[in-house]
Amino acid sequence: MKDAKHQEPAGKAGKWTIPGYGLLQGLFVSGRNMVESYYKKERCPVIQYPEEKADISPNFRNFPFLCYDGDRPETGLRCTACGICEKECPPQCIYIVMDRDENGKAKKRPKVFDIDISVCMNCGICAEVCPFDSIYMDGQYEMATDDRFEKLVLGLDRLAKSTDYHMQLRPKEATAVMEKRKAAEEKKKAAAAARAAKAKAAAEKKAKEAKEQAEKNADDAKGGTE
Amino acid sequence: MSGIIDMVLASIRAKVPAANATVRTNPGPSGQDSLMVAPESVADVMRVIHDEHGFDFLSNVTGVDWPDPALAEKVAVIAEGDADAEGDAKADGEETPAECGFLEVVYHLYHTSERKGPLVVRSRTKDRGEGAKIASVVSVYKSAEFQEREIYDLYGVIFTGHPDLRRILMWDEFVDHPMRKDYVAPDDYEYEPTPHAAVIEKAAQHYPAPDAD
Amino acid sequence: MISDPLLQQSSPVLEEGSDDDQLLRVSLGPQHPSTHGVFRMNVELDGETVVRLKPVFGYLHRNHEKIAEGQTYLSSMPFTDRLDYICPLTNNWAYAHAVEKLAGIEVPERAEYMRVITAELTRLINHTAFAGFFLGDMGAWGSALMYAFREREKILDLFEDLTGARMMSNFMRFGGCRNDLPDGWLERCRALVDNYEPFLDEMEMFLLGNEILIARTQDVGQLPKETLINGGITGPMLRAAGVAYDIRKVDPYGIYDRFDFKMPLGEKGDCYDRLMIRFLEMRESLKILKQAIKDIPEGDFIAPKAKIRGFKPPVGEAYGRIEGPKGELGFYLVSDGTPQPYRYRVRPPSFVNLTLLEEMCVGLDIADVVIILGSVDIVLGEVDR
Repeated sequence: MKDAKHQEPAGKAGKWTIPGYGLLQGLFVSGRNMVESYYKKERCPVIQYPEEKADISPNFRNFPFLCYDGDRPETGLRCTACGICEKECPPQCIYIVMDRDENGKAKKRPKVFDIDISVCMNCGICAEVCPFDSIYMDGQYEMATDDRFEKLVLGLDRLAKSTDYHMQLRPKEATAVMEKRKAAEEKKKAAAAARAAKAKAAAEKKAKEAKEQAEKNADDAKGGTE
Repeated sequence: MSGIIDMVLASIRAKVPAANATVRTNPGPSGQDSLMVAPESVADVMRVIHDEHGFDFLSNVTGVDWPDPALAEKVAVIAEGDADAEGDAKADGEETPAECGFLEVVYHLYHTSERKGPLVVRSRTKDRGEGAKIASVVSVYKSAEFQEREIYDLYGVIFTGHPDLRRILMWDEFVDHPMRKDYVAPDDYEYEPTPHAAVIEKAAQHYPAPDAD
Repeated sequence: MISDPLLQQSSPVLEEGSDDDQLLRVSLGPQHPSTHGVFRMNVELDGETVVRLKPVFGYLHRNHEKIAEGQTYLSSMPFTDRLDYICPLTNNWAYAHAVEKLAGIEVPERAEYMRVITAELTRLINHTAFAGFFLGDMGAWGSALMYAFREREKILDLFEDLTGARMMSNFMRFGGCRNDLPDGWLERCRALVDNYEPFLDEMEMFLLGNEILIARTQDVGQLPKETLINGGITGPMLRAAGVAYDIRKVDPYGIYDRFDFKMPLGEKGDCYDRLMIRFLEMRESLKILKQAIKDIPEGDFIAPKAKIRGFKPPVGEAYGRIEGPKGELGFYLVSDGTPQPYRYRVRPPSFVNLTLLEEMCVGLDIADVVIILGSVDIVLGEVDR
């Protein structure tokens, strides 16, 4: 190994000098820390929590929530109950039941969507794997409750939050998602329009062909009679 | 890497012929091939590796449970063109009844002063019951002491010659070996506020109707 | 009286034919205030001298490996945060490194730099906190730990902005990192790195010249180099004894071969050297951080081909190791081609470093045992898994 051995470090550490000198140095350091903590923020960065609160970082994550478009969670929920997050969730705290109509056909929306936040470990994998931009991590952290059972299982009513909330919580991420969704929608619209135009053209062509055929048939018939 | 393995293989074949040493190629991109040796002679093999090849650092010892031997062959393929090896493996395969499988212990060794490693050595027990015995390497590498105890605890491999073979992570009265693939977790769930019907059902079975009386 | 069958072996300290009944058996722990979690030592004493010592642990055992074998590769990532909860990001990296070896994934340049930056910050956290805990073990509970935690908190704030959580980061992915650096993060990191040097100076002035600390730690817990290597000791403990073995140097992973830094080596390998080595390593970490912050390129933070959903590595096995702040942190993975690992093994540094605890303590006073345990720097989340 080429690395040279280190010499003594920057301080005067490790040497016996005047007996008690090291102790005095230590006392000096702690005295300076004590005095400076009264007027220097970096010496005492404590926040008196319930009275004042620290700003939440835009990346901070706590428990998940479900995003819905528009005003009502009943109609605008993005979740399609595909169950990917349920499968990927490391502590298995998500529970989804697909909503079905009378014939048992899937409605592509959740009937039950429960997240057990007493089990949830705030990892954010559900938000990461969701292909429908539906589930995101919340910044809400004051979730203490006196009921260990019912109140710690969040149902759809407590999970569904509007896009405005998302926008307020994480403006950057929410804007990006909005743009992506808009682009996708426009693309879809464009594709639909293109499809419609194509269908129209095809129909016209068909009609034209049919007309021509009819004319031809008519001609043939004419010829036949002659 | 393969150069080291061949060198080690040659000297083991010369010094410890009872070890039946063969090379297993790793089909994955990591390319960490391994040496397969007989369970009784692991300690002798380690002695040769330590004394003659200077691999002085045993980094990792771990167990793998193979209830299905066919899967083990899929994961560690026998070296191609090594006729002896193939013959040995076939003989092994005939000896082991297909239904009982085996436990495997894998060692990762390094050379601290020269940048060599990892040298992977593996050994398979005869079966998963009474015959799950492997020679302990604590006399050669002290670092195996706790790790072998852990394998004994979690897999049930008995290391012959280990100075102090007791359970290490589970408590002493515990009977089963939880890392085995066929281990069944106990169903004595405490009632948890979980939305999972399966857990609630299990809890209900174990603690029938707590509110009934 | 503890009836422990393990206390049956011969001891180098005990004279031949001496009366075993005269020995005092003490159970140190599990809830001893100066242990690092729930950890117990069965100690046999002759007067004040330790004759035998057997560590007992497993109180925090949750069979992390079994849990990981039942779920997808990605789902194990948040569980690795909880192994060594003081330094989650190096755990993430070790796991991602092993999976990348297993599946042969390339990591983009920017992600490599991000990994180095976060890992070195984690090393700062660990070594700073170690100084506090170690002083706590010696009875100097309070000041040193509070100063250490105050600085640690500043790094944790950076981590919160980057990963979303102070400690449970869940940041690395197979082929990169989860998200890019937020705006202005690098500037804040640079400011922190610049301010760290004065803190280290202050901390060294505070501790390393202290006569009581010197008297209690020098010439305590030494072992010969060969014994340490044979016992599988890695990390600062090994380097304190003068063995030049740092995986960042001898088996470079990631992009560590690009940085200019030294490997601090101790001479005697006693507890004082172990404390000193960590201070010196922090200075080297600051060097690496300065270079990395200067050089970090623009680009992808995750490989474009990396799969988040439905990741399936090819059949095979791999052992990947990195230099964690506590020593060699390795992951051994066996894949059978399914989305779940067939075998998932953690090689925790603190667990293996405990192997020689008895050898280090035997023959010393009972008061030294706690200091030696502190100098090993264990985290029970990793020991018990």
